[in-house]
Amino acid sequence: MSDTQETVNSEEKQLLLNPANGELNRSPFHGMWALTNRELKKWYKVPVLLLLSLIQPIVWLALFGKAFNIAGLVTPTNFNIPGLNLPSSVLNQIASAISQGLSQSMFAGTDYFSFLAVGMLAFIILSTAMFSGFSVVWDRRFGFLNKVLSTPVARGTIIMGKILSGVVRSLFQAAIVLIIAVLLGMNYSHFTPLGVLGTFIGLFLLSFGFSALFLMLALRSTDWQTQMAIANLLLMPLLFGSNALFPISAMPSWLQTFVKVNPISYATDLGRQLLLNPSASAVLNSVPFDLMYLAAFAVIFAAIGIVLSWRLLSK
Amino acid sequence: MTTQKGVIQQDEKKDGRTTAGMMIEVNGLSKTFNGTLKAVDNVSFNVKEGEIFGFLGPNGAGKSTTINMLTTLLRPTSGSAVIASHDVLKAPNEVRRNVGVVPQEYTADEDLTGYENIMLCADLYGIPRSVSKPRADELLKLVELEDAKGRKVNTYSGGMRRRLELACGLINHPHLLFLDEPTLGLDVQTRTAVWNYIRKLKDEYRMTLFMTTHYLEEADSLCDRIAIIDHGKIVKIDSPAGLKNSLGGDIIELGVKEDDERISGLISQVKFVKEVKKVDPLNYRIKTELGEEAVPEVIDVIRENGFHVAKVALTKPTLDQAYLEYTGRSLREEEVSRTQMMSQRRTMRMARS
Repeated sequence: MSDTQETVNSEEKQLLLNPANGELNRSPFHGMWALTNRELKKWYKVPVLLLLSLIQPIVWLALFGKAFNIAGLVTPTNFNIPGLNLPSSVLNQIASAISQGLSQSMFAGTDYFSFLAVGMLAFIILSTAMFSGFSVVWDRRFGFLNKVLSTPVARGTIIMGKILSGVVRSLFQAAIVLIIAVLLGMNYSHFTPLGVLGTFIGLFLLSFGFSALFLMLALRSTDWQTQMAIANLLLMPLLFGSNALFPISAMPSWLQTFVKVNPISYATDLGRQLLLNPSASAVLNSVPFDLMYLAAFAVIFAAIGIVLSWRLLSK
Repeated sequence: MTTQKGVIQQDEKKDGRTTAGMMIEVNGLSKTFNGTLKAVDNVSFNVKEGEIFGFLGPNGAGKSTTINMLTTLLRPTSGSAVIASHDVLKAPNEVRRNVGVVPQEYTADEDLTGYENIMLCADLYGIPRSVSKPRADELLKLVELEDAKGRKVNTYSGGMRRRLELACGLINHPHLLFLDEPTLGLDVQTRTAVWNYIRKLKDEYRMTLFMTTHYLEEADSLCDRIAIIDHGKIVKIDSPAGLKNSLGGDIIELGVKEDDERISGLISQVKFVKEVKKVDPLNYRIKTELGEEAVPEVIDVIRENGFHVAKVALTKPTLDQAYLEYTGRSLREEEVSRTQMMSQRRTMRMARS
């Protein structure tokens, strides 16, 4: 009896004494899946959070999209030229000509709702990515970040894990938005599998870049309220300073400059070209150019984020 | 000993000086925050393989800052630290691979279970699943959390969280373990349990342990050597016994029945006795070394000369007195930064949950 106990004890001791360092996974990407999965678990394992993240895009799309019924502005009953007594058939023709004209030149060849729906995809990406920075603040406060920093995980991997979890969440929500949009009346006659894929590649790059950007802003912070305030401050300008909600050609030139730099405009433009069938006047740039711009945005900000993480994660 | 050295030498290229048998070599380590606050001032010490080395000092003395520098969480402003033959500035990732850390705060992710937490730590070290699964089970058994491993950490009590931290800190089977205030805020039973684990790690698994504490009895009972640190500077390094003995000895309070001038002289002649003071006609205060051996000799010499001893009391020096002697004040709460205080309060609150 005591003999077997002895062997067990010395076995235990052997296990503890033998660190097996040679078998460690030393790739710079080790730990990335573990960290990403940990973040994702906090989201998909909490049913309330999951539900809320589904409701938000639905509400926005339904309310915003249907309330802004631009087509309803151009009905014959809304305008009349005084002095001229035009028969209703002429008025109807005028109204439909105006609608057509607007649709072709402004709304990518379709109604405003479909035009907006693509913009909503970019919006949901933006708002999800914005709040991904918060996790750094929580982790820093509760010591989890310190624990991770004391392990041999590459500092850049820590950042990439958070970026990736933000990207996964935002793409999931974008997919829901697209489905809901179609159910609510979006024009899907020009949808192709390649087109949808291409749109989502653009959204992926957009999400990557914005997650990295907002993570960088939160990197040193221990105060989530400041982060919340910054995120809320930037949300409106980024959204309205793009062609997500409204066509760029109708905007004043000073705003157009900003819109042409805003990566959201590129993602939305890409989406509209691939999902709707816009006329040349409604297009901002060619599809390859849009993709390149978004890729540059994603790569540059992710790179800055990783480099900054080497200096800023620890003091 | 040779097995351990053999395993260490199997590690990849070492870029720090290696003095055989030294786990930690620190030279002139300093940390200044924001150019003004000097938290750690020119600290130097060595830690031998297999010993338990303690940093004893009040809050704000620089203990946590030092341990954070040694575990590569902070960059030193100046000086060098070589940990398990790797320099913290030149090869921080190698240092991280070879040490275990049990932080002061409760760093486990509350939304995950105990088992998920320790497996996450294993993934962060790059330990393959085939190795980490049995190790996790073995460590959870060691800290007696086997039954609770499937529950979320937010249901754990403070003591359980601390034990989970200990298990997570050991997942990479380090030869060197850092513990920052391991029993902060814990109740007596959990404290004793944690002390026993620490002793077991040293005695049975021959680990080297570096710990910080502001509890005198913890330093006294666990550490082989203690460095007293105050205001960022090391004041004295010695074993607990050495620190106490260096005070100059024990105190014997003697009461006799006869008032006689010769008694002082007689007592002074006893070996070990260093100083005799007549407090009042019948009472003497004697400073000696090895008081427990001096007392019978003193009693004998008094009785041999025809006098009678009325009462005797022996006081051995405590670490408290040693601390007072070397720092000029007793161990008390110091002013700390607001974030540090909040984090300690949070730790203590979670310890009592």
